[in-house]
Amino acid sequence: MGIQPSNRFVDTAPWTDDADLSEIARAEFDAPAYVLVWRKFRRHKLGLISGVFLLLCYLILPVAGFVSPYTANERSADYLYHPPQGINLWHAGDFIGPFVYPTTAQADLENYRWTYHTDETSPMPLEFFCEGAQYNLIGLIPSDTHLFCAPDGATMFLWGSDRLGRDVFSRILYGAQLSLTVGLIGITVSFALGIFFGALAGYFGGRTDWIVNRAIEILRSLPELPLWLALSAAVPSNWGPVAVFFVISIILGILDWPGLARAVRSKFLSLREEEFVRAAEMMGARPGRVIRRHLLPNFMSHLIASATLSIPAMILGETALSFLGLGLRAPAVSWGVMLNDAQNLASIEIYPWTATPMLPIIVVVLAFNFLGDGLRASLDPYRT
Amino acid sequence: MMLLQYAVMRFATMLLTLWVVSILVFVIINLPPGDYLSNQIAELRATGQAEGVAKAEFLRREYALDRPIWEQYLIWAGFAPGPQGFFGLIQGNFGWSFEFDRPVAEIVGDALWLTVLVNLAAVIFVYVVALPLGVLAAAKSETWVDYTAGFVGYLGLATPNFLLALMLFYYGHKYFDLPIGGLMAPAFEGQPMSWPKVKSILVHLIVPTFVIGTSGAAAMMQRLRANMLDELSKPYVETAIAKGMKPSKMLRKYPLRMAFNPFVADLGNLLPAMVSGSVLVSVVLGLQTIGPYLLTALKSQDQFLAAFVLMFVALLTLIGTMISDLLLVLLDPRIRMGARD
Repeated sequence: MGIQPSNRFVDTAPWTDDADLSEIARAEFDAPAYVLVWRKFRRHKLGLISGVFLLLCYLILPVAGFVSPYTANERSADYLYHPPQGINLWHAGDFIGPFVYPTTAQADLENYRWTYHTDETSPMPLEFFCEGAQYNLIGLIPSDTHLFCAPDGATMFLWGSDRLGRDVFSRILYGAQLSLTVGLIGITVSFALGIFFGALAGYFGGRTDWIVNRAIEILRSLPELPLWLALSAAVPSNWGPVAVFFVISIILGILDWPGLARAVRSKFLSLREEEFVRAAEMMGARPGRVIRRHLLPNFMSHLIASATLSIPAMILGETALSFLGLGLRAPAVSWGVMLNDAQNLASIEIYPWTATPMLPIIVVVLAFNFLGDGLRASLDPYRT
Repeated sequence: MMLLQYAVMRFATMLLTLWVVSILVFVIINLPPGDYLSNQIAELRATGQAEGVAKAEFLRREYALDRPIWEQYLIWAGFAPGPQGFFGLIQGNFGWSFEFDRPVAEIVGDALWLTVLVNLAAVIFVYVVALPLGVLAAAKSETWVDYTAGFVGYLGLATPNFLLALMLFYYGHKYFDLPIGGLMAPAFEGQPMSWPKVKSILVHLIVPTFVIGTSGAAAMMQRLRANMLDELSKPYVETAIAKGMKPSKMLRKYPLRMAFNPFVADLGNLLPAMVSGSVLVSVVLGLQTIGPYLLTALKSQDQFLAAFVLMFVALLTLIGTMISDLLLVLLDPRIRMGARD
């Protein structure tokens, strides 16, 4: 690279005629689809932020026990309905690191509730990587190390404590484990059913198509929630929390597939006339292979985008079911189960922090919506 | 003539769907092992109350619960003679509620009308809110009006119905002195319709309508906006602007009419969600619709009551969908002229 006296930059390397000028442009044309998708998705700021946020949420799930100061059902019987406590850094003008003030409970016999008195003279620094109640890391490895916990003699209820003196913050983290995975399991079920029936209807057409279509129409015309309620009322009450959890997520998935199946069907109807499908069939590929290898990959990305958009409905569905007492039940912890406690106006009036789980619900549902919108907008990179 | 033919066809399809739904509902209701009476009998036996057992056994026979499930279905639906002859759903017998020890029809009576009322109010709310907001958001796209409308819409979609209900209830009462709970002042319950009663119901309807309608309105608004934007980019809009038409008149006269079709057709998607929402919200807000009955019936396995409520809810959405289909045909000559398969 040389600079001319006129301040112009000129490449001094010898120039040959053979260089393929279209090479630069080719790289652009030949770029694999995921590069193009990523390039487009990156510009959808809201979708990108939501995606990163959700990724973080799901990464925290296996280590929820480590991050939360208490375990889900650990009770501090002396601190019922404790209001949220702040973590302070400065005490009397001095920086002494994160600490909490100890509180003491007093019975307010006039209103019949506990009031808490904060002792602002003695700051108690938080402990880090400390030993607390035992939990299972990733559900397998027993451990009792917590990222941070309350100092002896004080409590640390970041978002308050509930009716039984359990830490709301910790419970929200534990609840996320169920509330966030319900959607994933549900969507897997719905995905499998939707693709199966949609492919069946779209590929074979004729009578199969008619039957599947009627089934889709009937299921879509029914209100979901009453059916969810009826189905989950059928879950025997003596089943364990894990079994109930799986059944609930499957129920959510079973009623969600018609929308997906309809999308798959319409795609199949248009794609099955394409030459590459004809070619595959003539070479003797069986329907199963044609569907799996030649048809599905064509719009898998679309399906993923629409799946992202139906996860929130499932999260909300689980919440609603548990809230009504027909979904997950204590001792299982999910956001819906927690909100079950905040069911009446009195608790919202007096103990507003028991309704905190609504915040993560709203944020996660919004994030899924934004992510889905971003994906949908960017998944078709060849469209201008 | 075409229209009438279509309407008849559509009605027949609805009846057929309803029949399939009735099977579905009956199967779902009978999924849990045992039934209300056999549970009760077991309980009575355990506590040693012999005379109660005899009554329960009698009821079991009377309502054919001792027969095989398919026979139970036929009797319940009224396709086959039961112990009292042909006396099922299609003969107008909704069954017996074991929990309340009264006929189902008597229990749900008023609740049916109130359910229809609540849902109707919510649907009207959705259209009244979504129409101007959606058009405005499209006409002023990518300005603060659009963004605000979009943000509020997203928030409406993301907030669980029942929480919104609780919140609105609390703040509505605190700041606007809206009544808490129920669909009318307790004094009017069981009273004949009168002007004060209507007024009381209307005031009580504000919060439920808003809560049930919000998510539907948000979704509807987004779709109307998208449709409008599609139409606004078409050449005929440019022509209209070029010839000096006023923007408001232009919007009303051309793109809105085009975008209106999906708007009406969407009622079919909207209604199931709406009815779902109303069941949930009714439970939370203690409205005297059939929502709370469904919940108690499901919890205590009061099967005829639960089945009837499910059937009614399904019927409501099916009728709504049918009306939206018929409206669409009235509205759009392309559909009327048999472009349909």
